[in-house]
Amino acid sequence: MSAVAEEPSSADGQSKLTKINEAVIRIAGNSQDGIQAIGGFLARLAGRSEQEVMTFMTIPSTISGGPSIFQVRIGSGDVLSAGDEADMLLAFYQHSYEGHINSVKLGGIVLYDSDHVTPKPEWLERYRHVGVAISSKTVEAIGGTGRDKGKNIFALGLLARIYDLDVEKITRLLGERFGGKDATILQNAVTCFNAGHAHQLQDLLKTYQFRHAEVRGGQQVVMNGNEALAFGLIAAGVRFGAGYPITPWSDIMELLRRELPKYGGTFVQCEDEIASISMAIGASWGGRVAVTGSSGPGISLKTEALGWASMAEMPLVIVDVQRGGPSTGMPTNVEQSDLNIACFGGHGDSPRVVLAPSGVEDCFYTAIEAVNIARKYSTPVLILTDQGIASRIEAFVEPDLRKVCQDISPDLSPVPDHKPYDLAAPDGVTRHLAPGTRIASGKYPVVTGLEHDELGHPTGSPRLHVAMTAKRRNKLRKLSADLPVPAVYGPAAGQILLVGWGSTYGPMREAVDKFRSLGDAVACINLKYVNPLPGGLDEIFKGFRHVFVVELNDEGVYGYGQFGAVLRARYCDPKIRGITKVDGLTWKVKEIVDRVRAAVAGAPVKA
Amino acid sequence: MSELKFPFTPLPRTGGTITSDPVPPLADSDRKPLTKKEISADHPTWCPGCGDFSVLALYFKLIERRKMWHEKVTTVAGIGCSSRFPYFVQAHGAHFIHGRALPFASGVSLSRPDLHVFVFGGDGDAFSIGGNHFSHTARKNIKMTYVVMDNFVYGLTKKQTSPTSPIGFKSKTDIWGSLDRPINPLKQAIAAGATFVARTTHTNPNHVLEMMEAAMDHDGFSYIECLSECVEFYPGAFDASNPRKGGKFDLVPKEHDVTDEYGAYRLADTAWPGCFGIFYRNPRPTKNANEAKIIEEHRSKVSGLADWEILQKSFARMK
Ligand SMILES: Cc1ncc(C[n+]2csc(CCOP(=O)(O)OP(=O)(O)O)c2C)c(N)n1
Ligand code: SF4
Ligand SMILES: [Mg+2]
Repeated sequence: MSAVAEEPSSADGQSKLTKINEAVIRIAGNSQDGIQAIGGFLARLAGRSEQEVMTFMTIPSTISGGPSIFQVRIGSGDVLSAGDEADMLLAFYQHSYEGHINSVKLGGIVLYDSDHVTPKPEWLERYRHVGVAISSKTVEAIGGTGRDKGKNIFALGLLARIYDLDVEKITRLLGERFGGKDATILQNAVTCFNAGHAHQLQDLLKTYQFRHAEVRGGQQVVMNGNEALAFGLIAAGVRFGAGYPITPWSDIMELLRRELPKYGGTFVQCEDEIASISMAIGASWGGRVAVTGSSGPGISLKTEALGWASMAEMPLVIVDVQRGGPSTGMPTNVEQSDLNIACFGGHGDSPRVVLAPSGVEDCFYTAIEAVNIARKYSTPVLILTDQGIASRIEAFVEPDLRKVCQDISPDLSPVPDHKPYDLAAPDGVTRHLAPGTRIASGKYPVVTGLEHDELGHPTGSPRLHVAMTAKRRNKLRKLSADLPVPAVYGPAAGQILLVGWGSTYGPMREAVDKFRSLGDAVACINLKYVNPLPGGLDEIFKGFRHVFVVELNDEGVYGYGQFGAVLRARYCDPKIRGITKVDGLTWKVKEIVDRVRAAVAGAPVKA
Repeated sequence: MSELKFPFTPLPRTGGTITSDPVPPLADSDRKPLTKKEISADHPTWCPGCGDFSVLALYFKLIERRKMWHEKVTTVAGIGCSSRFPYFVQAHGAHFIHGRALPFASGVSLSRPDLHVFVFGGDGDAFSIGGNHFSHTARKNIKMTYVVMDNFVYGLTKKQTSPTSPIGFKSKTDIWGSLDRPINPLKQAIAAGATFVARTTHTNPNHVLEMMEAAMDHDGFSYIECLSECVEFYPGAFDASNPRKGGKFDLVPKEHDVTDEYGAYRLADTAWPGCFGIFYRNPRPTKNANEAKIIEEHRSKVSGLADWEILQKSFARMK
């Protein structure tokens, strides 16, 4: 919480108002307590107040119960990561208190439910403890048989008081969320909120107020990465999808199942991931790029059909919401360990495109680009997001929907003749015709996984295999040449360059800011186009003494993370090293800074 | 961030070296039924005498007789000798991966209601590697016609036991004779919820065509079990059903009620060589129709709105 100036404000002179630029609030309890709901309200509120928000949540992999946290960072400036340390911990239970006190900065506030938490004397000195009997006060407020259901909303009331949040806006949000058939539900929520808000916080004299955020161009929308990706696919014109449930991909398929019919589309829940990708490929062949997706083991199941799409050069979008692996792994933890399977998974040489969005907003636009690249280069495109981006909520400026929404329905008008795998095509790219298209010459193509001639008929000719393999590879070279050189954040030359991909972006950029505030010449680039790589990276690397690839996967047998190994293979540059970890959590800024420092100092690059 | 490096671009229609001069329209009434010559493509790579030849010939007959145009014929297959079908048909075709032809075809069927999708494949493709897909495509009643050319053996991979090989069949993977109980494709289809189930054999061309026509007219998942001899690895397998080889070709009894699921199931248990014809035909709404209904309901709520306006309404709730 960057407090700037302290100014007495409230009329009664009792509480002092402190202006702040941002606050990191961690809410810890059990999953059934509605922890996510409080976080969601705070995020939405921030979005409506034109503030930046970034949230971070962990959900237990068990179905109900179990510890759950939600961290929200609200700021008036750029918010790139969920924050290393919390300014405040809201703890509902002893285990939440003891388990998360370490995440609070020294002198930070611990707001706890005194019905369930007994503060530890040794911590009283280090953190400001504020106890409120949240559970019993909630029961008191609503009475009846509700037990302490609603204590999350009571706590929201407390937070609203402490952070001087806009009560009117929150009340409206409560109405939108709980205003349904049963009027008592909303009534209870408002009662809980008011009770929390009216609660006298005797020993917490200060309240905080966010500085006004700069007015952004346009209204902000607030959603998580899975939602942004799914809506991006809809905007891109995707009208068919198929999938099989698995965390954290399921949200995307559920959303598409619910929303696509409004646009005349369909999403099919299949018997497994193999059927899903097969069905999506069938629909793509039907003339309009379709989507499938999965996480973890489901991605492995898709690789045979993905190879077919590469061979047949069929446009397709495959979403991989990465989670901890291998096998069932760590279903609700974040990892970036699917890079290898995304870029190289499968037998044979099977080129495909891999994109990695850097955050929630980027999920929306990346989905559209994935569709457009799939069409333009007639290729499968994988989108690598991760559990972190999938579940965190961010606010971003509402896209210009009128502009970005596109129509990709197939053109079935007849053509004189057609050779999908035309080796002499000037751009080297395959063009498929959707079934239903009349070809006046009477010669019709077959799409196939066998090596084929220009019409798609099987061949055993080594010459054709060489030519077709080159064709499938060269179109990615062409794409590579079309890709923008990533922008360097920070000085163009200096001591250290950090290289990240996908969701590493936020914390890595903050790490650069941190280094630079201390006078170090550090910069970073973040790659969204992961396969093929854009050109110009070697030029960028030249400007720095050290290059560290920061990623969430294991350092591997040879000491480099998955992307680090790709870059080393590509550039043969021994100064490229890796900074990796697999603790299931997103990068903390401090972790990156410390690890880079240690590595530069010559210490082994170890977690 | 909010700038698209790859904005929408209309795609060229054809590959490049071919000029895409506009093609004059051609009314259906000006078209003649396709001849066998026009509808056949590559010469089949099957062994001489393979039962699959007759299935292909009858597919051509079907196309000719039903006046289907090239572009409306969609032929999908997995992997196997029988699955090479699409290469031999001069029409849009897809040769997909082993066992997954049905989900691929489902994607085509569900996204392109204007096409009739035909799927051809072998017994291994259908009931071993693709067994799960068979059940689910049948239960969902996705509109298409599926012809399994059952030869009781793996042909393409040269004589291994198939899920329909009878007990005692000597294959390269069961040199002392197959041990495992074979599946009964008809019972499998009926139990899974297929709405059209028929049985035929390649040695009776008229009957094959009759079954294909009935299957094509069925609104739903129509399944044809077609005995198709592998002369290379299981010669004589179906002699018992071929009158020219001293066998008998019995039709499904006239009194059989094709809407009687249990009756059909019992009939499917008739002792080898069993009988031929339609075992089960009992339409119920297809997934295609059910999804179309959902779409219609949802579309009526947003009628008059452009896609971007519908999306805008969703975003309005996320502010
Ligand atoms: C994933 C995979 N596993 C195995 C194979 C090898 N394979 C090709 S066809 C086939 C079996 C073919 O038998 P069937 O489906 O009965 O077709 P038939 O050749 O008898 O017509 C096998 C095992 C393959 N192509 N793909
Ligand atoms: S191996 Fe058998 S199934 Fe395959 S083509 Fe030859 S005869 Fe037909
Ligand atoms: Mg077979």
